[in-house]
Amino acid sequence: MSTVAPASYGAEAKPRMGFFTDTSVCIGCKACEVACKEWNLVPADGADWLGHSYDNTGQLDANTWRHVAFIEQDKPLRLDAGDFATADAEPEPLRWLMESDVCKHCTHAGCLDVCPTGALFRTEFGTVVVQEDVCNGCGYCVPACPFGVLDKRHLPRRPEDAPLALPMFGKKEDGRVWKCTLCYDRLKGGHEPACAKACPTDSIQFGEIDELRERAEQRLAKLEAERWNAPRLYGHDPGDGVGGFGAFFLLLDEPEVYGLPPDPVVPTAHLPRLWKQTALAAGALVVGVVAALVGGAE
Amino acid sequence: MTDAHDGYYGRPIVKEPVWRPEIPYYLFTGGLAGASSVLHGAARLAGNERLAKSALYVGAAADIISPVLLISDLGRPERFLNMFRVFKVTSPMSVGSWTLGVSGGASTTAAVLELLGKLPRVKALAEIASIAAGPPLATYTGALLANTAIPVWSEARDELPWLFGASAVASAGAAAALVTPPGLAGPARRAAVGGVLAELGLMKAMQSRLGFVGEVYGQDQAGRYAKISKACTAVGAGLLALRGRRSRPVALTASAFILAGELALRWSVFKAGFQSARDPRYTVIPQKERTALRQRGPCPPNAP
Repeated sequence: MSTVAPASYGAEAKPRMGFFTDTSVCIGCKACEVACKEWNLVPADGADWLGHSYDNTGQLDANTWRHVAFIEQDKPLRLDAGDFATADAEPEPLRWLMESDVCKHCTHAGCLDVCPTGALFRTEFGTVVVQEDVCNGCGYCVPACPFGVLDKRHLPRRPEDAPLALPMFGKKEDGRVWKCTLCYDRLKGGHEPACAKACPTDSIQFGEIDELRERAEQRLAKLEAERWNAPRLYGHDPGDGVGGFGAFFLLLDEPEVYGLPPDPVVPTAHLPRLWKQTALAAGALVVGVVAALVGGAE
Repeated sequence: MTDAHDGYYGRPIVKEPVWRPEIPYYLFTGGLAGASSVLHGAARLAGNERLAKSALYVGAAADIISPVLLISDLGRPERFLNMFRVFKVTSPMSVGSWTLGVSGGASTTAAVLELLGKLPRVKALAEIASIAAGPPLATYTGALLANTAIPVWSEARDELPWLFGASAVASAGAAAALVTPPGLAGPARRAAVGGVLAELGLMKAMQSRLGFVGEVYGQDQAGRYAKISKACTAVGAGLLALRGRRSRPVALTASAFILAGELALRWSVFKAGFQSARDPRYTVIPQKERTALRQRGPCPPNAP
């Protein structure tokens, strides 16, 4: 059993839970988007027609915790004619890729590292969750996420969250950051997350991360044997720049085609060096100012 | 036909920061506060009491404005005290909040006691605390920006703390020269001119090392602010170095130019981050190059 829950959980630590999103069986129904919104009471943020295939959601943000991407390509889905093969059949010339994107619940999570209030924390299931009653909306996690998952909610506050009656400080918007919780409340009750529950094709699979990784390897081997065009796993490798995702994917093209970074690295990986440079610069600043005093008052 | 590196309909991969104008103003005031505290300490040691007082008051004023700006930028300003629930060395913002807390409290106390001429021992303690908090306060903001997934910030991790430190020294020197008689402001002028020279060199070095990712410093708002910054600081430093000792009006004008230039520098770096996040090519291309390099192994030494 692998767990990434901090040692302080003691006996309460649970096996690490996550998602394996197998895009090869996604049909783009968006049931995951809807189920997520309904269960988590994620507010509506308007309906825009984007003109990007069937995607009118656009991106993951404070009000979208599952996002289905649609990509139309002049590429065959399979390198042979697949299930309908006859002796002279040609491969299908076009394919339509669909992928349900979600927070990656990274092993080394940039958002969690940089959160100055402790609002972001790692649960006993190894997932990464924002405490809405602690977050003060500093916004540091937003640019710290290599995947652009977190965002500040600009919708109006709920009536019970009255703003301060001060001109500069009386924010009327919600102002906090929001993201996928991997349905922390459902997990606590022994249920699977709403998106996985609603997915009609099991494109979204929920479970213990070890088991999901095994299942993903098997699935990849099957697709390769069937000569699918360019299948690959994304985020399953604990040796990658974020220590592996808690929610990883099987993709059918390069990650950037789906709007995912090809080689994500947690910003804090460079922090020891960055602090060293900061300390050296601070020292140089003192030396510089003291040197300016040499030579007298004039 | 779109470029393969445009990713998903040209949409950004990393999110633009949600920070508003308060933040670049704070980058300026925080740097000013930190470096002023150091200048104050150095002037005290050198026995230049007039300059020490100037730097102390400037530093305290900047230290009072800084948290107001930061709290105003929060989505939930009423929860600003949550910054002090924890101390996390993995979060430059957490380290910075505590540093600013110490610096702000100490330099305000020292300035008030200096004005009142009371409690000399408490004042001395407060001064020591504010001088100690100054250098990290002036440089941590570089770490704050570099510790993100924004390409033009994170790739500049070797330069940003230095650039912001140099900019802070230039600001503190110029501000002290603004409020000190020229005959006693020699060290402030030298700090200002030295800071500007260091900053101009560091900016150039940063841009050339960033290469493709750094091209945002020549584009749109980041580019415009960078140009304004260079022009203002160069003119200000030139005037201050040549005529700042003899003429008070020239010293005032020159200092104002330098302060405006340093503020523009902070805005340029701030805006560069937004521009860098907005275009997915800055995220994708360096990462693709990195993976290609890993797969190929390192280049042989004589490779083109």
